Amino acid sequence: MSEKKINVTLKVWRQKNANDQGRFETYDMKGVSTDMSFLEMFDVLNERLINEGKEPVAFDHDCREGICGMCSMYINGRPHGPLRGVTTCQLHMRSFNDGETIVVEPWRAKAFPVIKDLVVDRSAFDRVIAAGGFISVNTGNAQDGNTIPIPKENADKAFAAATCIGCGACVAACKNASAMLFVSAKVSQLALLPQGRVEATDRVLNMVAKMDEENFGNCTNTGACEAECPKGISLENIARMNREFLVANLKK
Amino acid sequence: MGKFTNSSVGKKILMALSGFFLLFFLLQHLTINFLSVISQEAFNSASHFMGTNPVVQFLLQPILIFGVIFHLSMGIILDAKNKASRPIKYEKVDAAANSTWMSRNMIITGIMVMAFLALHFYDFWIPEIKDKFVDGIWDDTTKYYPHLKHKFADPIRVTLYCVSFVFLSLHLLHGFQSSFQSVGFRHNKYTPLIKKLGNIYAIAIPAGFVFIAIFHYLNQH
Repeated sequence: MSEKKINVTLKVWRQKNANDQGRFETYDMKGVSTDMSFLEMFDVLNERLINEGKEPVAFDHDCREGICGMCSMYINGRPHGPLRGVTTCQLHMRSFNDGETIVVEPWRAKAFPVIKDLVVDRSAFDRVIAAGGFISVNTGNAQDGNTIPIPKENADKAFAAATCIGCGACVAACKNASAMLFVSAKVSQLALLPQGRVEATDRVLNMVAKMDEENFGNCTNTGACEAECPKGISLENIARMNREFLVANLKK
Repeated sequence: MGKFTNSSVGKKILMALSGFFLLFFLLQHLTINFLSVISQEAFNSASHFMGTNPVVQFLLQPILIFGVIFHLSMGIILDAKNKASRPIKYEKVDAAANSTWMSRNMIITGIMVMAFLALHFYDFWIPEIKDKFVDGIWDDTTKYYPHLKHKFADPIRVTLYCVSFVFLSLHLLHGFQSSFQSVGFRHNKYTPLIKKLGNIYAIAIPAGFVFIAIFHYLNQH
């Protein structure tokens, strides 16, 4: 695929701080290389804004290789833009047309308040994890990995759930701003393994309670989260969490 | 129990369970209605049984009324909470890229079905209650068929009836398979079958009701 230059118009959400009302601002981007990543285009924009003596656009980013889950941008009506299975840093300008207007917004959820421009506070996820997303083990020598046999299928499902990077695209995509795909992935990765079964009952009860307390919405099974998840986390995890929760409630 | 009913996951499980009950109810309702197409006598005797049997009247009917009210009010409560979870809306949303219209608009299709229920109660349930509890007539075994025939003589009523069932169909296209997911029933082998069965149910059941309405409209002697 040969490099092309395109012109795009960016409509970007600008908000000084958490208390500011915020508004959209429009930027014309001329001669953007189609080989640029979406974030590199923002780097170019910010360099221009700095040279003009203006405030650069604040946006989250870290690894720029799709594993840290920081680059939370809602692009043209979808989390991480028009492609499936990618984060914003893995999105390239070749996915857009010459002359296109691209609307860029922060994640919108009561649980994810905007800090500045496109940066949101996702620490609600950390508090959900702290409520139960762990196993309690004694310190000492690590035991042999084969002491407890684990079916390959369960190990694979646990690993698939554990690939969740906590980016928040599920919440951003969901019409209800529900965090159930995230929470269910964290419940599942431990519930599927014998080491995690020990505390499974308390874990699901505590994590669901914390999720509700953080003001995430309810799940209505639209499947938007699964479709937009950059790691392809399955709705199967939500079904598992529902089962775990039902059984835990019968016990406690 | 309060902890369960207050939680988001608990509410969605209860929503699904009441949904399952209503799915069974629809099937039973259609079966009896269908008798009206086959035999006037069979329809009258089935209706009379449903209208006078104490188990149906004083156990199943209250459960049904509770189920309908619960499903509706819980739906409204959940929808309000969900809207409050995103106080600032997106400028641009491409929802069709990741979900179906039916799954996103359950509250609209659900409320439309409930609006139809108001008409349905006015047409059939209130006259029935009046007959039994106001006028004290419990043993008229022949009134049901003529009553049904009379109601379906009106083209406006038949049209409203048919439109309502389109909304019911849209509601069921998502609701059937969604209920299984909500109670945690998901299986590589059975879930694809449930989705197919759900689509068949969501189209066949409302189509059956529509067929009966049109059949009687066209057969007014």
